[in-house]
Amino acid sequence: MLSRMMRANLEASKGRGWVLEPDAKEMLKETGLPVPRFATAATKDEAKSRAHEIGYPVVAKVVSPLIVHKSDVGGVAVDIRSDDQLDAAFSRLAGLDGFQGVLVEEMLPRGVELIVGATIDVQFGPVILLGLGGTSVEIYKDTALRLAPLQPKDVLSMVGELKAHPLLEGYRGAEPIDMAELTRVLVLFSRFVMELEGWIESIDLNPVVCEGSRCTIADARVMLAK
Amino acid sequence: MRRQTLNERALERYRALFEPKSMAVIGVSTHNDRHPANVIFNKNRLHYPLEVYAVNPSKGRLQGEPVYASVSEIPGKVDLAVIVVRAEQVRKVLVDCIEAHVGAGVIISGGFAEVGRSDLQEEIAAVAREADFPFLGPNCIGMFSPPYVDTNFIANERIVRPNPGNIALVCQSGGILIDLMIKLTGEGTGLSRAVSIGNKVLIREPDLLDYFVDDDRTRVIAFYVEGFGRGEGRTFLEAAARCSKPIVVLKSGKSPLGTTAVSSHTASLAGDYRVFSEALAQYGVVEAKNETELVNFCESLSRYRAPIKGNVGIVTGSGGHGVMAVDFCSALGLSVPALPVEAQGALRSLISPSIQAIASLKNPFDLTGSATDEDFAAAVAYLWSRPEIDCVIALLLPYLPGISMDLGARLSFVAKQMDKMLVAYVPHVEKYQILTEGFELNGVPVADSVEGAVLMAEAVRRWGRC
Repeated sequence: MLSRMMRANLEASKGRGWVLEPDAKEMLKETGLPVPRFATAATKDEAKSRAHEIGYPVVAKVVSPLIVHKSDVGGVAVDIRSDDQLDAAFSRLAGLDGFQGVLVEEMLPRGVELIVGATIDVQFGPVILLGLGGTSVEIYKDTALRLAPLQPKDVLSMVGELKAHPLLEGYRGAEPIDMAELTRVLVLFSRFVMELEGWIESIDLNPVVCEGSRCTIADARVMLAK
Repeated sequence: MRRQTLNERALERYRALFEPKSMAVIGVSTHNDRHPANVIFNKNRLHYPLEVYAVNPSKGRLQGEPVYASVSEIPGKVDLAVIVVRAEQVRKVLVDCIEAHVGAGVIISGGFAEVGRSDLQEEIAAVAREADFPFLGPNCIGMFSPPYVDTNFIANERIVRPNPGNIALVCQSGGILIDLMIKLTGEGTGLSRAVSIGNKVLIREPDLLDYFVDDDRTRVIAFYVEGFGRGEGRTFLEAAARCSKPIVVLKSGKSPLGTTAVSSHTASLAGDYRVFSEALAQYGVVEAKNETELVNFCESLSRYRAPIKGNVGIVTGSGGHGVMAVDFCSALGLSVPALPVEAQGALRSLISPSIQAIASLKNPFDLTGSATDEDFAAAVAYLWSRPEIDCVIALLLPYLPGISMDLGARLSFVAKQMDKMLVAYVPHVEKYQILTEGFELNGVPVADSVEGAVLMAEAVRRWGRC
């Protein structure tokens, strides 16, 4: 069942056609899905005190109802290590179209970047996608699809289907990703998507950063059904 | 006892449809023998054991039998109505059938949604739903349900007579249905039912899937699907998950008609056909990529159900055929394990002295052009004795001088005796018919190409994997 907060978020986003990232992260967090520590700020001072609570380094992202693809317009500043750097980033983001504030987030360590997605297929209903993440996913198209809801065994077979699966299993001495955690995240996400059928058109969680025992959703784009 | 998927009421309606004792053909002509309704009337009257009644408002006589003005005037009970009237008249005929307590219908008539008359289609759907009256179509060719009834409006002399068998075939397209019936018959397999569902207003793929699960005469269920309606794909797969029989699906219309701008990576990557294909695999449905695959998969799955891992042993009289088979196997992910040297030695002592020095026995076994029936029988039996092999492909080249036409039957009996999976390739020409039928009539599938034989092994492996 979607909570009252989630319904309110979705209702409020309908006219725009997509959910602002802080609202999307709030919904994912309430579902039990791992997101970075985050907070929103409308002023520089607010941003700095949020950053102190989270701890540097942080990421700052523009919050604007006019900007879906943030990185395309320079709407993301990463690896901010000081108040001065945060002030500078804030000033720059404040100049972007429709600026409402910034999303201040914990800077995640490096890891394997995955895309976890969902779409509502006309014939089959909710579908889950897993692939190697980043901005080049549509070039390599190394992805696996399954109908939601997923069973744990589905996650295992999805990973096995990826050409990039050696990268997930610890390629050339790298640390393997935590399969149990990835499974938990995907199964939980797939159940959440079942609840969202009727509301959404598609979701990109991209990237989902897997390092150590964590798989954290660094960015979330929730496109709503027309 | 196995749980029945359908309730008694639903089964009764399907019995009226597929096993009718009486049938009304509505829309016969008293002056045009080639009218589809007349073809249906004629073939059922002559070749099927049911009562057949002709109906047309203008009455008269047809082949010495009375033509009834409406279905309500027929003296006996009518299980099935075949409706071949103009689209505008179908609703009225349907109401008559419901009032006369007819059990089920087949609406052959076209002129509905396929030509933009969704309104007429909605009307007949509403009438039938209200009365819980099942029908196939409209805009379909009907169904073939031996030995009970055949509502296809193709005259018998125009189609090969399909064998009764254990494959149920369901097609949206009537043309594809007839074509596949011909091809499956050509491969020596047979059909339990062949159904064209046309515009599938009422009876759709998931309904038939649920019915065929409990149909004792059906072992394999094959579908040709152009597309599913909203959410219907999921309903189909939920029915598939309840089904213990192999399901084979051929999807047409794989390429997107137009690309619409999509705002997310996921929406762009999860195209219609890709979702279709992956969802089928997730639920253990065997997808045939084309007609050749469909025919080979059906033939193989109608004979074999015991799962295999896909470790193939290949016996051939020609090195080239063996290499081609290995290539096809590896392209599909079937393995062709090499046998250890001592095993090769053991087999070498079992084959004719004349080929002992020249045969290659590593797997594939190339017995050479000098091999005899005895050598093939020994090699096939030996492969089955090996734990690393669970399926044997015999590539038989009937023009080799040492091979007789009896080899098909002979190898089939060995396969049956050992309860092992054997598939064969024999060139499909009339000259070698005895060899081919020696296999097929004794329960071993035969492909008309090396690739086809490999596909037969692949079908059983894929089915076993889910």
